Amino acid sequence: MENKDIKLINEDGTRIDGRRPDELRPIRMKVGLLERADGSAYLEWGGNKILAAVYGPREMYPKHQQDPARAVVRARYSMAPFSVDERKRPGPDRRSVELSMVISNALSAAVLTEEFPRTVIDVFIEVLQADAGTRIAGLTAASLALADAGIPMRDLVVGCTAGKIEGVVVLDLNKEEDNYGEADVPLGILPRTGEIVLFQMDGMMTEEELCTALDMAYNAAMEIHRMQVKALKDVYMKEAEEGGE
Amino acid sequence: MVKVREIVVPGELIDAPGLKPGRGVEVVGGKMYSLYLGIKTTRGGYVNVVPLKGKYMPRRGDKVIGKIVDIGPNYWVVDINAPYFAPLHVNDVPWKVEFGDTPRYLGLGDTILAKVSNISEVKQIWITLKEPGLRRLEGGHIFTLSPTKVPRAIGKGGSMISMLKEYTGCRIYVGQNGVVWIDGSPEGIMLVVKALRLIEKEAHTLGLTERVKELLEGESKR
Repeated sequence: MENKDIKLINEDGTRIDGRRPDELRPIRMKVGLLERADGSAYLEWGGNKILAAVYGPREMYPKHQQDPARAVVRARYSMAPFSVDERKRPGPDRRSVELSMVISNALSAAVLTEEFPRTVIDVFIEVLQADAGTRIAGLTAASLALADAGIPMRDLVVGCTAGKIEGVVVLDLNKEEDNYGEADVPLGILPRTGEIVLFQMDGMMTEEELCTALDMAYNAAMEIHRMQVKALKDVYMKEAEEGGE
Repeated sequence: MVKVREIVVPGELIDAPGLKPGRGVEVVGGKMYSLYLGIKTTRGGYVNVVPLKGKYMPRRGDKVIGKIVDIGPNYWVVDINAPYFAPLHVNDVPWKVEFGDTPRYLGLGDTILAKVSNISEVKQIWITLKEPGLRRLEGGHIFTLSPTKVPRAIGKGGSMISMLKEYTGCRIYVGQNGVVWIDGSPEGIMLVVKALRLIEKEAHTLGLTERVKELLEGESKR
């Protein structure tokens, strides 16, 4: 999609929203805000606003979908009708069904599913406002919600995107860059081992460009991971302060 | 500010030289990592991570409080707050129940104090009422606590629970699954619930017993 009217990179090398190529959008995380869910998290990532809730482990119905050896992580990615400029028809479409699947797979790589045979861990990811990179923002929020629910995990899952716009490899694309850029690589990473649990690519990139993009995403993932850890610990630190008064 | 126990997150490296890995800890390449969002504790040469939240995982011998959610001709289905429902067969109750006569003994919504008698490899749970002390709980109130906070609600050697009983004059039973049964005067029940909420909220802090004592003393003076 080529649009000559929009210039994505300024003369001084900054991007359309003033960021450097390897700079993330501002991220804000909050954990445990839904009363009735077993675990929950809210994430603001640039213009993205995402709510994730975890229920379970609980008995899996329909019964034929049960796995006698492990729990099934069933994520449901859904975009609110008001989350995008033009109203989105509510309900699952081809895109959200696929994203639900890749997010489920990414999360099951981190969760110790064999602890809870025959059960399902339901993860609901609700995109309230979308601004490119919702799948990885949803993944990041979902892993916080899972940790908050007390589900055993090998590691937190961190999502991050890299891409290419006007020939420059950049980190964390926003809506304009995603729409008019040349490539977009969403990644899910386990920061402890560096394992990749989600990898998709839209567009074209050379091998070197992809390597640069991966390096950038890995560095950013570590930063996002630190934010996740802080968000999880803050809940209990704050409660302790309140209790002391 | 209240002192807080050390909180770890999933995948966090646990630096504990000379200590062995206990529960909630995974060993990869000779290093220990936490599996839960929980509190790091050291006991008897082992490092454990006690989760701050989570579902109740039944263990054999646990006394649990459950609610009847379904009735069959020769069994009841009991919700014990675990990921799985637990069937209670007529052979596991102390009464002689005719086929199809189950609702006469335990109805929907009844609360029972039962024991987990067995768990299979695929986590099927069997519970029983055939033991002294196990029974249908009549009257009283139910409060559901996070199962990971049961040890804190009971206290060391039952210190917390006996303090609650002493100050409020209530009969209290804490099931291992986090379901608490309270019976007594309405004021007493309210006070126990208030104390349990405090325990649940501040289970990860130090000096909790003193704060619960303050609450109880302050309230009973009024």
